[in-house]
Amino acid sequence: MAKFDTKVQLLKYKVLKEVARLAWNDQLLDHIMDIPKTIAPGKTPTMRCCVYKERAILAERVKLAMGGNAEEPHVIQVIDIACDDCPASGYEVTDSCRGCLAHRCEQACRRGAISFDHNHTAHIDKSKCVECGQCAKVCPYSAIANRKRPCQNACKIKAISITEDNAAAIDHEKCISCGACVYQCPFGAITDKSYILNVIDFIKRSEGNTKYRTYALVAPSISSQFSEVKLGQVISGLKALGFHTVVEAALGADMVANLECQELVEKGILTSSCCPAFVRYIKTAFPDLTKYISHNLSPMGAIAKYMKEHDPTAKVVFIGPCTAKKMEVQLENVRPYVNAAMTFEELQALFDSRNIDLASLEEDVLDNASYFGRIFARSGGLSDAVAEGLKEHNLADSFNYTPCVCNGIEECRTALLKLSHNALKANFIEGMACVDGCIGGAGCLTHGEKNKAEVDKYGRQALEKTISDAISMLG
Amino acid sequence: MKVTVCIGSSCHLKGSRPVVEQLQALVASHQLNDKVDLGGTFCLGHCQQGVCVTVDDELYSVSPETVTDFFNEHILNKA
Repeated sequence: MAKFDTKVQLLKYKVLKEVARLAWNDQLLDHIMDIPKTIAPGKTPTMRCCVYKERAILAERVKLAMGGNAEEPHVIQVIDIACDDCPASGYEVTDSCRGCLAHRCEQACRRGAISFDHNHTAHIDKSKCVECGQCAKVCPYSAIANRKRPCQNACKIKAISITEDNAAAIDHEKCISCGACVYQCPFGAITDKSYILNVIDFIKRSEGNTKYRTYALVAPSISSQFSEVKLGQVISGLKALGFHTVVEAALGADMVANLECQELVEKGILTSSCCPAFVRYIKTAFPDLTKYISHNLSPMGAIAKYMKEHDPTAKVVFIGPCTAKKMEVQLENVRPYVNAAMTFEELQALFDSRNIDLASLEEDVLDNASYFGRIFARSGGLSDAVAEGLKEHNLADSFNYTPCVCNGIEECRTALLKLSHNALKANFIEGMACVDGCIGGAGCLTHGEKNKAEVDKYGRQALEKTISDAISMLG
Repeated sequence: MKVTVCIGSSCHLKGSRPVVEQLQALVASHQLNDKVDLGGTFCLGHCQQGVCVTVDDELYSVSPETVTDFFNEHILNKA
């Protein structure tokens, strides 16, 4: 049984698996309408008010699992009918208010928004409240709740609003495709489009990698995933699915670290370009800072470019924890190199759609990158790799390297604000939109406290110990 | 002449890097840079025989220890 953090992920997985299963067997078009009923057989509803609503929502999920509306490029989509119209009234006094005498809430409120009725129960005047939350912090009964939608809470860049008919809506001009809302919506009403049908198509048309080769390019955060089996068994599973071979995106990270340290010395101030959500955030929210973004492709783009140069007919499929990568592969400067991006969630669905039992497989090997390329998967790893790059280029003594590790988009925002006011006491910004870095990505199967340790352990297992050794083979 | 060294995981663990580095040095020391196009690839599909090297699509099994002999016999002679 597949392991996920939430039942929403499980539901998404069931849809993806069924779509994939039918696609492998060339039966998708004939049976597409049957999928909702297969997953919600009824008659008793298990998720919503009735099976008919469940199936209507499932039909929408099927569409998105099949790539959604091709003319609509945005990766993150709201399924309107799945949105439960959660309360969004902000701070409210609940039944737990005991009408105490202390009135700490009143004292804490700098806007004079709190008053009391004849029962001494507190009330918040919404016209005065600025949602600072101080009243909630001081209430000894935790009687003041913040009624905020989980999606809006998750979206730290404030790209989610509420429509007139009360559903969530994404401002696609602002959205950075990080997927935080996808992971946080308790009703699964926001989801990332899937391109697994393209991947299945690449594999099938390659006729066993004889017409051309389909490569799986895997992100180093895979070391924290599929924890029930060995990584080598996942590699065997990928080959059993029909990939020609598996390549570490971490080797692209080595390439990036090698170039980025030199670019930093040249420019004096640099922001990383690995995280597509961070790069997009700079471009949309801080356009004046675009000049500081590293000109390097992301690790995925860098190694895929190398692969395409040496095998021009290759199909390269990136597999990682990231929904924003699905946006990145549509960019003009990346599109020539990466043919599709998918998540670990989707990979699990593909394995199970082919009944590939990872635990029963032999262990294959995966070793292309160095320790430093591999630790890009967690917050701080990129900064460590740039430090190593400076050392290997004998630049560490002459250049005073002061990295600012931004763990999550809120920290990125703070650093970018400072940079825009020339107040940042650092010359390199490592920007990762997800908290913890890629291992916190929305497309992970599971998120756990041990994930960082798993990434570091995987890093230490690399044959190559330095960046220059790892990339020396690339010529 | 196109010489391709497999740098896929299996061959890498068997010594692709020293093979590539030695070939680069040998090609340079014999001034064959114009004649030999040395490149890498991920997996030639013969993992058991690694390190796999192809010379104009002919497959050879090379190790860091045999790379000089391999160079003399299959590259230097034909270049």
